[in-house]
Amino acid sequence: MKTENTPAPAAAKPKVAFFDFACCEGCQLQVANIGETLLDVLGAIDVVEFREVMSEKYDQDYDVVIIEGAITDHHAEERIKGIRARAKVLIAYGACATTGGIPGMKNSFVLDEIRASVYGKDYKLFDSTPTRPIHQVVKVDYYIHGCPIYPPELIEVLKCALRGLPYTVPDNPVCSECKLNENVCMYERGVSCLGPWTKAGCNSWCVNNGNICYGCRGEVKNPAKNAANDLIAKYNLKPELIKNKFDMYNKCKEADTK
Amino acid sequence: MTTENKNLDIKVEYVTRVEGHGNIVVNVKDGKIEKCEFHVVESPRLFEGMLRGRSVFEAQHITSRICGICSCGHSLASIQAAEDALGVTPTPQTIKLRKLLLDYEFLDSHLLHIYLLAAPDILGVPSFVPLIQTHNGVVRRALRMKKAANDVCDILVGRHVHPISAIVGGFTKLPSPKDIDAQIKILESMADDLAETLALAKTLKFPDFHRETEYVGLVSDDGEYPLLMGDIGSTDGKRIRKADYKKATNEFIDPRSSAKFTKLSRESLFVGALARFNLNASKLHPKAKEVADALGFKPVCHNPYLNTVAQVIETVHCYYHALDILKDLKKTGLDYKQAVTVGVNEKGAVPVRAGRGVGSVEVPRGILHHCYETDAAGIIKQADCIIPTNQNINNIEYDFAKLLPEIITLPKETIRLRLEMLVRAYDPCISCSTHYLDVTFVD
Repeated sequence: MKTENTPAPAAAKPKVAFFDFACCEGCQLQVANIGETLLDVLGAIDVVEFREVMSEKYDQDYDVVIIEGAITDHHAEERIKGIRARAKVLIAYGACATTGGIPGMKNSFVLDEIRASVYGKDYKLFDSTPTRPIHQVVKVDYYIHGCPIYPPELIEVLKCALRGLPYTVPDNPVCSECKLNENVCMYERGVSCLGPWTKAGCNSWCVNNGNICYGCRGEVKNPAKNAANDLIAKYNLKPELIKNKFDMYNKCKEADTK
Repeated sequence: MTTENKNLDIKVEYVTRVEGHGNIVVNVKDGKIEKCEFHVVESPRLFEGMLRGRSVFEAQHITSRICGICSCGHSLASIQAAEDALGVTPTPQTIKLRKLLLDYEFLDSHLLHIYLLAAPDILGVPSFVPLIQTHNGVVRRALRMKKAANDVCDILVGRHVHPISAIVGGFTKLPSPKDIDAQIKILESMADDLAETLALAKTLKFPDFHRETEYVGLVSDDGEYPLLMGDIGSTDGKRIRKADYKKATNEFIDPRSSAKFTKLSRESLFVGALARFNLNASKLHPKAKEVADALGFKPVCHNPYLNTVAQVIETVHCYYHALDILKDLKKTGLDYKQAVTVGVNEKGAVPVRAGRGVGSVEVPRGILHHCYETDAAGIIKQADCIIPTNQNINNIEYDFAKLLPEIITLPKETIRLRLEMLVRAYDPCISCSTHYLDVTFVD
């Protein structure tokens, strides 16, 4: 470990830090929402920085960094590069970090136009770049998707990251979980839903509660295009309606080079 | 003034244990205060711009993401603005459930602030982490209560961070009788912890600092402590309809600093738990009034540090108010036909019209306004969101200006901590910031 100069008991536990970029900080809050289980987690790791709930600062290398938020200005770009250089393992945490999330909606507009619409003629006082998820700026080792993240998945990924094991994000559509939860299909209820195209792993959280899937976990790698076309035809959907819905969380995907 | 502080330079980059990013800058030269400011350095996310072209039925989902802590509050303000624009009147059952949701939001957020963000200052430690060793029972209680507040919210709306079932028109899923019982049971299980919280609150000591200002919040003519609905009122006697919210927020630019400020009748205004208490203390739940009396807390209180105490009192209010609603729902039962399916309303379940709507809702940090203008298809043309922290920044700076000369002889570290504590007492939620005119970065 690079932290060999620190006293043995403290060095025995992996050094973990949380950092936030442009986001609502709700995924950090999900950490506090796991209740007393948090103390078990804190027993296994040494949280050295977590600005939202801690004043402590740390100046050495990190074993694991958990990054929340999207990169939306030059200052953030430099900051995430600095953090990456000091981190052995980087986890992109929550939709803003993994897909660009809601801040990515900005990319549907001409940048100068949307900046001026909010700040008026002085908009250039606020630096703003097109929104990018973390992997479009630095290397990401693990992904925890969702807006907000699904707490059981956080624990799973942490276990893998701390042991150096790979974690595979489910790549089947939300529908596969939704069916097991015995929900009536939202299409049958008269509204369109992004479940057929969106990565599972949330246990169809939104549909279980009567709402539609908004696609916050990102698109599955290999969507069933023919089935999707059938669906669009069967329910007489406007393709632009589906595209518009997708752009709420997945606009940044257009900049992925693959 | 002592010689040691004739020249003082304090720069706190990214105030910790607050939501979002803010800096404190203090500069004293030859005994003269040159600068004592609070800067917001949050990366702008341009929410108001992004809402343009979106269906008003999507606004709740999007604006909920303005802030993870107040996502239920943003949802309720957004829904109110959208329904106002569409001309939709919520049913009494829907209003009752929304009030319950707001109570849960207050419980969750106030507990987080009291225990995890503010208490470490009072106990003299940098965060709750060292408290795991020294005050293990307190930390466990805090996490237990936080989880309970979170769990009741999960049952009511699917989850607390970004609620799922609260949408324009009502709720997509209504709590079953079993769900109502489960919420009552969880709340009742919190009773002992709540009593311990009050015992703890009695032992807390806060800095003695007073500055008169104008307290702004919702006011109403009925007997209920107004959180979800009402006009905009102030301790200087103002009363403004929510449609005219801009008269109450008066955003302006001040050469002293760069953020967009607000004022009403005097140079600055205060929104939040202390403002609500100062305006509506007589309408608190009897159990909350008892607590206020026991703590010797009376309106009008001018000590901003005691905003945390007002939060303790509101926690008690919301706890009992929520229990009253639940017991009432248990008695009367729910009409399950009122569950709604909307999506982006592509099947036209709700009639749409062109209009302008305002939502003014008390959220844990103060009064929050959303305003949308829509076209005939219900597509948002213009959006405005004015968040509580935005309204408080000006007041924080006026507090700084009065506080700093009073504490200037103290050691530099104490001054820094007092200023940070003051900022934290407002429980600022900077990531909420939807628009600021200018930002100064500190090197």
